[in-house]
Amino acid sequence: MIGQLIMTGIVAGSIYALVALAMSLTYKSSEVANFAQGEMAMFSTYVAFVMLATYQLPFWAAFIGSLLFAFLLGLFLHFAIIRRAKDPNVLNLLIITLGFQVFLYGLAGWKWGSEQRVLKTPVSQTETVEFAGLIMSQLNLATILVAILLMASVYILLRFTKLGLAIKATQQNETAAKINGIPTNRIVAITFGISSVIGAVAGVLMAPITTLDPNMMIEPMLKGFAAAVLGGFNSLAGVVAGAFILGIVESLFGFYVSTEFKSIVAFLIIVIVLYFKPSGLFGTHYTRKV
Amino acid sequence: MDKRTSYFEDITLLKDRYVKGWSLFGLLLFGLVPFVLAEYQVFIANLVLVNVIIVLGLNVLVGNTGQISLGHGGFVAIGAYMTVILDEGWLPFLPSLILAGFVAAIFGFILGIPALRLEGPYLAVATLGFGLAVTIIIGRMPFFGGHMGIIPPKLEVLGMEVRTNAHLYYLTLCIALVLGVFARLLIKSRIGRAFSAIRDSDIAASSLGVNVVGYKTMSFAFSAFYAGIGGGIWAYVLGFISPGNFTPVISILLLSMVVVGGLGTITGSVLGATVITLLNLQGEKIQEVPLIGPFFEWVSAHYMSISGLPNINFVFMGLTVILIILFEPLGLFGIWLRIKIYFKTWPF
Repeated sequence: MIGQLIMTGIVAGSIYALVALAMSLTYKSSEVANFAQGEMAMFSTYVAFVMLATYQLPFWAAFIGSLLFAFLLGLFLHFAIIRRAKDPNVLNLLIITLGFQVFLYGLAGWKWGSEQRVLKTPVSQTETVEFAGLIMSQLNLATILVAILLMASVYILLRFTKLGLAIKATQQNETAAKINGIPTNRIVAITFGISSVIGAVAGVLMAPITTLDPNMMIEPMLKGFAAAVLGGFNSLAGVVAGAFILGIVESLFGFYVSTEFKSIVAFLIIVIVLYFKPSGLFGTHYTRKV
Repeated sequence: MDKRTSYFEDITLLKDRYVKGWSLFGLLLFGLVPFVLAEYQVFIANLVLVNVIIVLGLNVLVGNTGQISLGHGGFVAIGAYMTVILDEGWLPFLPSLILAGFVAAIFGFILGIPALRLEGPYLAVATLGFGLAVTIIIGRMPFFGGHMGIIPPKLEVLGMEVRTNAHLYYLTLCIALVLGVFARLLIKSRIGRAFSAIRDSDIAASSLGVNVVGYKTMSFAFSAFYAGIGGGIWAYVLGFISPGNFTPVISILLLSMVVVGGLGTITGSVLGATVITLLNLQGEKIQEVPLIGPFFEWVSAHYMSISGLPNINFVFMGLTVILIILFEPLGLFGIWLRIKIYFKTWPF
C-alpha cells in the first residue's frame, strides 16, 4: 500500500517538479518569481487543444506547436513587459507577473469560456501498467517518463552547451557576463522562453488528469511554487527534490491523516521549513549587504 | 534646504486653512452620497468604503514597510467570521468588530514571525499559503457554517438599528475616517519613519537602532487589524459570507488596489480602492456599458465566446496593473500629484 501511495506522490511530484523547475530557472536569471507561469502553461495547453480539435492536427504536431507558442509567450513576457519596467524592484516585478497571470486567466476565460474540455492524448488513462508490483495508468507512467526526460535535457542544456553556459553566467553575475560579451538581455529572454516551454509540458501532462479549463493550473502552480520554495529557489536539484518530497508527503498525508486538508499540508510544511531554514532545504543563503 | 529641526509640520493633520476648508468640503460631499445615489449605488459605495479600510492597512504593510502579502484575504475572512459569530450571541456589534480586528491582528502577528526572515518570493508564498489555509479550514468546519456560509444577525449600533444601506454607509464612513486619520498619523510618526527605514534597507535601519523585528511584526499586525475590521463590516454589507468570498483572488485584488492607487500614501489607498472596486464591478457587466459594451459583445460573438464575456473583467484588471507599473510607478497618486502641481504653478 505504502509503495502505491509513494507512486502516486511521485506522479504528482513530477508535475510539481516541472513547474518548480520552470519558476526557479527564471528566478535565478532575473530575480522574478514568475506568478504567471501556471497561466502561461494553461494558455499553451489551450493552444494545443485548439490545434487538435479545431484544426484536426495529429497529437505530436499540436504538442510541438503549443511548445513553440509557449516559447514565444515567454519571450513576449520578458521582452515586452518585464524589461519595460522603469524602476524594477522585486515588489513591482512580482506584481507585474501577477497582473500578467490575471490577464491570461481572463483572456482564456473570455475565449474558451469556463466549460471543461477534454484534451485527447494518445496515452490512455484507463489502461494500466504493472511495474514491480505497483499498478499505474499509462498516463501516469508517461508523466513520470516525460518529466524525467525533460529534467535530463535541462541538465544537459545547462551543463554541456554554450547556451547553458551563457545562461549560468548571466544567472551568476549579469554585469560580468555582459562585459564578457554575452547578450544578457537576450539570454534572460530565452530563459523565460525555456521555462515557459517546461511549464507548457506540465500543462499538457496535467490536462488529461484534471480537465482543461482556465482554473486547471492554479493549484499545480501554487504547489510547484511551494515546492520550489521548499527546495530552495536557487538550487535546481534542490527544487526538484523539494517537488518530489512535497508530492510524496501530500499523498501519504491524504491517505493516513485527512484527504480534506491535503491541499493545505503543502503550505504548512513550507511555513515550518522556512521558519528554520529561510532559504529552503537545499538553497544557499547569501548574506546581504547595505 | 534648511536644516529640519522638528517634524511638527509633517505630523499635523491639517496643515493650513486651505487644507482645512477642502477637507470639510470633501467630508460634506461624502455625507451627501446617500441622498444623491440610488439604493444599489449606495451598496456599491459601501463596498468601496470597506475596500478603502482594508487597503489603508495593506498599504502600510506593502507601501510603507515594503513587505508583500498575498494572504490578506485570510485576515479579512477572520475578521468577518469573528465579528458575525461574536455579534450573534455574545457581544454588541462595535465591541465584537473591534475584538475581531484584534483577533486578526494576533494572526497577523503570528504570520509576521516567520515573515521576519523571509523576503521576496518566499514571503509571497508563506502569506499565500496562510490565506489559502484560512479559507480551507473555515470551509471544512461545521462551526463556521462550512461551504454554505453564514448570515450575519440584524445590525444594531449603540441601540440604533441599522436597516438601510444608507445607514450602513454612514457607519462605515465614520469607521473609515477614524482608521484613515489613525493610519495617516501613524505613518507620519516615529513608527512610520521606522517602517520606511525598514523598507529602504532593513540592515541599515537595524544598524541605526531601529528594532526591525518589532516593527515588522507590528506592521503585519497593524494591517491585519485593518483587514479584520474591513472584513467585519463587509459581512454586513454583503449580508452573507461563505469561504468562497475569500479566495486568493481577493488578496490579489487588494494588492492591485494598493499598487494602482500608489504605494505608501493614504490618498493612493483611497483612489486605488475606489477605482479598482468600481472597475471590477463594472467589468463583470461590461455589456451594460454604453458604446464599449456592444463593441465587446460583437467581438465576443465573432472572435471569443459570449459565455466567457464576464471574464473580460480579469483582462482589464491585469492590463491596468501592468500598465500602471510600467508607465506610472507612483500609481494614481502620481497622476493626482502631477495635476495638483500643474494647477499650483499655473500658468507656468
